[in-house]
Amino acid sequence: MKSGDGVRAISITTHNGRQVPRIASELNRADRLGDFKVRLALGRMRYTIEPGIYAIGEPTAESPVFVSANYRLSFNRLRSGLVGHDGWILVLDTKGINVWCAAGKGTFGTEELVSRIKSVALGEIVAHRKLIVPQLGAPGISAHKVKEQSGFQVVYGPVRAKDLPAFLDGGMKATEQMRRVDFPFADRIVLIPVELISWGKHILCAAACLLVLAGLRRGGYSGRLVVSEGVRSVVILLTSYLAAGILGPALLPWLPGRAFSAKGAWIGLAISAALGLQSRPLWKSWSDRLDILAWFLMIPAVTSFVVMNFTGASTYTSLSGVRREMRIAVPAQLICAVAGFGLWLAGRFV
Amino acid sequence: MGRLQYLKNVVTLKLDVAKCTGCQRCAEVCPHGVFAIENKKARLIDLDSCMECGACQNNCPADAISVGAGVGCAQAVINGFLRRTGPDCDCSGTCCD
Ligand code: SF4
Ligand code: SF4
Repeated sequence: MKSGDGVRAISITTHNGRQVPRIASELNRADRLGDFKVRLALGRMRYTIEPGIYAIGEPTAESPVFVSANYRLSFNRLRSGLVGHDGWILVLDTKGINVWCAAGKGTFGTEELVSRIKSVALGEIVAHRKLIVPQLGAPGISAHKVKEQSGFQVVYGPVRAKDLPAFLDGGMKATEQMRRVDFPFADRIVLIPVELISWGKHILCAAACLLVLAGLRRGGYSGRLVVSEGVRSVVILLTSYLAAGILGPALLPWLPGRAFSAKGAWIGLAISAALGLQSRPLWKSWSDRLDILAWFLMIPAVTSFVVMNFTGASTYTSLSGVRREMRIAVPAQLICAVAGFGLWLAGRFV
Repeated sequence: MGRLQYLKNVVTLKLDVAKCTGCQRCAEVCPHGVFAIENKKARLIDLDSCMECGACQNNCPADAISVGAGVGCAQAVINGFLRRTGPDCDCSGTCCD
């Protein structure tokens, strides 16, 4: 079956004699393990579902049609929201991207929806003319244009697939709460691994540079300094990165400021302060003072940048807002990072 | 702790009340409760919560809403800057999920 990795399918015959692949709504252990791997970004791109029409349960020509993306997590979430219900799932080709992102890019869009309705001959499979589209797909869809071009009426379903049973039982009416996107702790936490991996390579490169440069000193190069100062620098850098990548998402509502870069900067200032206090006995020499000052600039630059990049994963930031905060934050981060690095380097030679 | 809120007075959303027919679509599709329908007309009740997703604009049959739609993603802005294109969300589904 070409229905994508790990999604088992057998067939069902429609009232007009067509074969449609049928999938189970309950997720088994292999499905869950697969979803977990997607989360950790392991071979993420492979986790696509073949676009087309699928049956769930024992659907008839009267059963509802649910529209989904061909991203495995979107598809599986819809499946598990439909346990015990019969229906059809129309999977759009979103290039393996989730509904919300794909709607923003327009791949989960009016054009793809209309052409998919035609290519699977949906009008022959079902007798009604209604589609349940996830509300988060709305940025890509014009309900009135879909109606014009295909005859199908779009009903926007709830934001979260877990509300689907209540939505269906309530006569396809979504409550206010089902329509709202929030960003609770659990949702923020699951995004941490992907966030950390995304800039991990750059940070490791930077850490390697610090390690090598730490051996520099007036009139030569010292392997002993690499082991002492170099390792210390690497630990500080990686700690800052991890702290921002983990605490940023976890403490998002409690970090001061609305701009993400400001929230991140606070984490860095806290780390710098802790580092400054911890190494206070060392403040006697100029090289130590320079070192502390250098980290006071570099750490907040790193943490501010990392948390600023979490805007993309958040569910409430606007492009205009991100642009506004970046106009100030990015130059500030650059200046702090460069100045801090300069001081750190200078500290090797005084 | 209240609801998470982003920067104030920055979004590009505009509503042309004269064109509005009160069909309620905008209030239905908006994930952040920006619209309310009063006396058969849409009204902006929480403009600062708008994330510029564009759902309301695309689904308004009367063309009464305009918004500079885009993804509020710093990475996308950086990508766009480096490639000299518009903001380019290149996250292969790793962003908003
Ligand atoms: S979708 Fe457009 S016409 Fe309908 S209520 Fe909203 S603004 Fe008015
Ligand atoms: S752009 Fe999106 S968030 Fe803003 S008002 Fe329209 S639907 Fe709501």
